[in-house]
Amino acid sequence: MPGGLFAVYVHWPFCLSKCPYCDFNSHVSAAVDHDAWRRAFENGIARTAALTPGRTVTSVFFGGGTPSLMEPRTVETVLEAIARHWTLDRRAEVTLEANPTSVEAGRFADFAAAGVNRVSLGIQALNDTDLAFLGRTHSAEEALDAIAIAKRSFPRSSFDLIYARPGQTVRSWQDELQQALDLAAGHLSLYQLTIEQGTRFATLHARGAFEMPDDDTAGALFETTREHLAAAGMPAYEISNHARPGQESLHNLTYWRYGDYAGIGPGAHGRLTIDGRKLATRGHRAPAIWLPRALSEDGHGDHVPEEVSPQEQATEILMMGLRLAEGVPLSRFESETGKPLHEWIDARKIDALRGEDLLSPEKETLRATDSGMQRLDGILKYLLG
Amino acid sequence: MTKPLAHIRNFAIIAHIDHGKSTLADRLIQTCGGLEEREMKEQVLDSMDIERERGITIKAQTVRLAYKAKDGIEYQLNLMDTPGHVDFSYEVSRSLASCEGSLLVVDSTQGVEAQTLANVYQALENDHEIIPVINKVDLPAAMPEEVAKEVEDVIGLPAADAVFCSGKSGIGIGELLEAIVRKLPPPLEGDETKPLKALLVDSWYDSYLGVVILVRVIDGTLKKGMRIQFLNTRAVRDIDRVGMFTPKPVLIDELGPGEMGFITASIKDISETQVGDTITEEKRQCTERLPGFKPSVPMVFCSLFPVDAKQFEDLRDALGRLKLNDASLHYEPENSQALGLGFRCGFLGLLHMEIIQERLEREYDLDLIPTAPSVVYHIYKTNGEKMELYNPVDMPDVVRIDHIEEPWIKATILTPDEYLGGLLQLCEERRGEQITLTYAGHRAMMEYYLPLNEIVFDFYDRLKSISKGYASFDYEIYGYRESDLVKMEIKVNGEPVDALAMIVWRKNAEKRGRQLCERLKELIPRQMFKIAVQAAIGGKIIAAEHISALRKDVTAKCYGGDVTRKRKLLEKQKKGKAKMRQYGNVDIPQSAFINALKMGDDK
Repeated sequence: MPGGLFAVYVHWPFCLSKCPYCDFNSHVSAAVDHDAWRRAFENGIARTAALTPGRTVTSVFFGGGTPSLMEPRTVETVLEAIARHWTLDRRAEVTLEANPTSVEAGRFADFAAAGVNRVSLGIQALNDTDLAFLGRTHSAEEALDAIAIAKRSFPRSSFDLIYARPGQTVRSWQDELQQALDLAAGHLSLYQLTIEQGTRFATLHARGAFEMPDDDTAGALFETTREHLAAAGMPAYEISNHARPGQESLHNLTYWRYGDYAGIGPGAHGRLTIDGRKLATRGHRAPAIWLPRALSEDGHGDHVPEEVSPQEQATEILMMGLRLAEGVPLSRFESETGKPLHEWIDARKIDALRGEDLLSPEKETLRATDSGMQRLDGILKYLLG
Repeated sequence: MTKPLAHIRNFAIIAHIDHGKSTLADRLIQTCGGLEEREMKEQVLDSMDIERERGITIKAQTVRLAYKAKDGIEYQLNLMDTPGHVDFSYEVSRSLASCEGSLLVVDSTQGVEAQTLANVYQALENDHEIIPVINKVDLPAAMPEEVAKEVEDVIGLPAADAVFCSGKSGIGIGELLEAIVRKLPPPLEGDETKPLKALLVDSWYDSYLGVVILVRVIDGTLKKGMRIQFLNTRAVRDIDRVGMFTPKPVLIDELGPGEMGFITASIKDISETQVGDTITEEKRQCTERLPGFKPSVPMVFCSLFPVDAKQFEDLRDALGRLKLNDASLHYEPENSQALGLGFRCGFLGLLHMEIIQERLEREYDLDLIPTAPSVVYHIYKTNGEKMELYNPVDMPDVVRIDHIEEPWIKATILTPDEYLGGLLQLCEERRGEQITLTYAGHRAMMEYYLPLNEIVFDFYDRLKSISKGYASFDYEIYGYRESDLVKMEIKVNGEPVDALAMIVWRKNAEKRGRQLCERLKELIPRQMFKIAVQAAIGGKIIAAEHISALRKDVTAKCYGGDVTRKRKLLEKQKKGKAKMRQYGNVDIPQSAFINALKMGDDK
């Protein structure tokens, strides 16, 4: 349990509308029984805490779906339950994902009062044309307002943008990035648009409705993003996440550092170390299945946990850790998997990647170089595939 | 009771592919009552699917017909259907050796073709009487008079007696049967009282009967129960069946002088039956052997690898089965770094190779990667040793080679004269040396010496594309000649890819190397590393291409909920790696090699 990190992820699976690029577990539902969900979350927390007694929760993340559609009372109930069944660290980072519509921004103060101290806004683009393409229901103006309200309401805030949109040029993205930097409060998540299977974009793209930037353009946009933000004092601490030093998301760092996390809610995943074994937990994806099970007397909404073997852990540590600018400290890798790196991976492969300047030459840490970050999937495939 | 020699006619049908030989044979069979109308299916003699489909005959077939001629006598006609292709010229020659005459079938819409010539020359070598048969005269495009004249001009056969007919409609068939009886000679010798002497014409494996031996009796009589001896192999066997084909197999009591038919003798392995061997009676042997035939020698080699490594044993079994019926097929296991376990196979020629590959894929359901075809080189080493090189991979180090010889062929090409220019250029590009160039009407006949190496690649495809399909091509092996040959290797990130190694003429090496490198550049997907693709002779790089690294290859989002799925994806890719080969740090999909190997020459 590196750094004693223990994160709790709570999944709110509902949205007002489904975005065409999104393959997350989100559902559009006319009526949501908030009371039932509150009780179900409480049950989920109680059950998970029973498996991992005595831990101190260092971060909570409300994700979705659109968790800003939750009643603030639900957030409060969840945090109380966490504090009751585990210990909630006084300095715990409590993040809520939010959409920047005026309705939701109007409840930011209530969420803050409920215990949220960090908000992550799904802005996605700073002009109305691209917002419409991305299927967002808010306008650029609403987004600017929401960012301002978020800054006033919470000690910390961040927002997401999606780039490498069809037709986007390096020049126009640089302008948008500069605007984002002027608005940012120390943290930005900048994601390359990816066509995921089973989304509306996948269908449209397959039909030729729009064309994605080619490899070279996408590469140029990625490089520009890293250079521009590093120059502005917000370097990438992870592939798609930028922060001023000290403003990194502790919750997400827990994933990338392969710390323990509990997943509460439909489709939520967890990694729990219990008696020296790593267990993978997973909630039933469909809210209609998860909710009644989580509410039943002794039933629960999770699938049977699976043990993650040391080999699989080695894969997961590298898969997650190499996304971080800080890389994977080899001592930690060894203590987690029980064996040094070279017993899992052919040392010649590491040397080859170092020789190609894709991994840095440091001896104590396995770390991707700038050039390596850009080709990380290839590196992982080469090392682990 | 066997027929008197004077009432027997043994004849072969020779023709170019598609000139209607098999249809004509079917019609003769039908006319003589060998098959009822309802039993007729097209090309009854071509028993393999592949033979029927491609319109070619691979195995020799024989049919005995009973024909009552206008002179009132019932003749026994033994018809041999022979392979029409050069790859099977040994089979042609032994078929011809068991007959006294030939029908030369020429398509009246096409005219004389290269193969027609080759077959005629072989028939003449066997002292055959030849009846020119101008076929397909019922077609609107038929030019029987012109084609008959061409037979006279190009082949030098008197065409005044040519029979005009149509196998399809039956026109002229009666006339043809009369011509066979009147113009073709009966068997020249044959004495019923002498010790048995019979020629082993061909043999094949039949799953019900075991090995079936096709024979032509010279002297004496073959009878069921007789103990026979094969003079070359010394094997002794008891005949358990004597029969003939009508074309249905029909058992009979005996085969006498001049007759053709089949025997079985509880033989399981066709390697025991050497084609051309002399069969005699064990206790009463003939004094002299028949001249026999040279064994067929594989001329073209390529390696066959299963796409799925698990099919290696299936491939071995399938080759074994094909070999049962095809003594000319050679194979031995090979281990390639690029393509895994497979077999180095030897074939009589390109068509033979194609047919075997097709049968393996079709009849045995195998998915195969064939390497580029290659020929057998003679390598003379500095220490005085001579070696035969079947696989470029085995080429010794250049410093140990004194000189190399490669097989040359004598090629005959017949073409409408408008394509002559393009074909002359093709032959020159392929290092050809012209022997003759003659004209007959609007058609030209070219004869060239060419290295076989230049033919095996894609010569035939190029010939067909230059001539829009109108030129025909045939060849015979001419002999070995010294050449300036080198082994060219293809390297990926410095490591040689064994399956792509090839022997090339030094002056063509650079061009070939450049083409292959360019092609691989298109075929190998960009990866995280820069990839160098090089063609090299010895240590010297003669061509190179670079495949730049992927500019971006990274997943944008990966959080706690993505871990399991992404890990499983990686694990799945690990399994998929069976289809990838590693060169240095580069994974190359097998499909890239497969497609590179499919590469033509001038693309």
